[in-house]
Amino acid sequence: MTHFNQESFDKALSEGKLMMVDFWADWCGPCKMLAPVIDGLAEQYAGKAVVGKVNVDEEQELAIRYGVMSIPTVIFFKNGEEIDRKVGVMPAGAFTQVLDKNG
Amino acid sequence: MEHDIIVLGSGPAGLAAAVAARGRDKSVLVIGNRWEDSPLARAERVDNYLGMPGRTGAQMLREFSQHAQAMGVETVTGRAIALMVYNGFYVTVGSQVYDGRALILAPGVVRQAKYPGEEEYLGRGVSYCATCDGMLYRSKPVVVVGRSPDAPLEANYLSSLGCQVTYVSSNQPKGLQEGIPFVKAGKLAVRGQGTVTALEADGVELPCAGVFILRQAVAPTDLLPQLETEEGFIKVDRHMATNVEGVFAAGDCTGGPLQVAKAVGEGHVAALSACEYLDQQEQQ
Repeated sequence: MTHFNQESFDKALSEGKLMMVDFWADWCGPCKMLAPVIDGLAEQYAGKAVVGKVNVDEEQELAIRYGVMSIPTVIFFKNGEEIDRKVGVMPAGAFTQVLDKNG
Repeated sequence: MEHDIIVLGSGPAGLAAAVAARGRDKSVLVIGNRWEDSPLARAERVDNYLGMPGRTGAQMLREFSQHAQAMGVETVTGRAIALMVYNGFYVTVGSQVYDGRALILAPGVVRQAKYPGEEEYLGRGVSYCATCDGMLYRSKPVVVVGRSPDAPLEANYLSSLGCQVTYVSSNQPKGLQEGIPFVKAGKLAVRGQGTVTALEADGVELPCAGVFILRQAVAPTDLLPQLETEEGFIKVDRHMATNVEGVFAAGDCTGGPLQVAKAVGEGHVAALSACEYLDQQEQQ
């Protein structure tokens, strides 16, 4: 699991791989609830997709850049572009569907 | 897991379920509003509860709560805003997460229909959680739609973060900080363009970046989208089991008659079924 800051996020993005990024904060209960799901997916998709997290409290510019208005928000990227996003707590299947379709 | 059973709802169905499950020595956490905020608390007189006629709804609720407490039921006052099924059940209340191995839904009837635009702009300006999303609206104009007794407190919290808060509800709010403008309106609609731009309140547009809609409870079908319903009520069998494994339901949320006796009976059955489910799981 990668914890991105702006620099490492931009570097990962420029590599163009399939990415799944969880925007979260520690004051947010639903984010805590989603964390084990994201952790599980990071393991499950190791080598197939880059799964990481952005703390919106520490990385406000990234949150603003992607217009994150509610957390948790999970954004998917490929070739450096946003391809999908899921807002709120969702079952793992909602995320694997996007990862499998674009993997 | 922290608890054997999590009960959502602190009315007669939820408390009856909690008491029955404690009777089977299961640990129980009830998440719900204060009993004073239950619709039953406003009933002036309940005459059809067996052996206990002539009480006020408030009296009944007080005794139900005391009974549950005496049985060792744990309680959390607040609104469940998110639910996840993942090797058990996880429920979020504000910034806290609680977990349990079985779930009983007893939230009563959520009578409030969604506002136009609410669904469309959910996550794009519409939020149900001031604690979660407040920080993302610092120094921006937001509207709080107050449909629950604790909504003024959440509005005060948003204001303390530096949000420019306007409070909208159909009744004069209690406990709203001085300096937060209050708009009395009943007919609401969320307006936007990609993201929220305004809340329309009785035909007047209040420009804002975010709308926090704070109801008494989040509808069970919003918490658990795979939950099967029938004519707006949760579908259950005679064991009060829903279509989701480990999830049971009781009380007004399963349909009429909306009576205390029926809620208590269903709560009891739901709890026994949940206990049986847990015992079976343990054997496996």
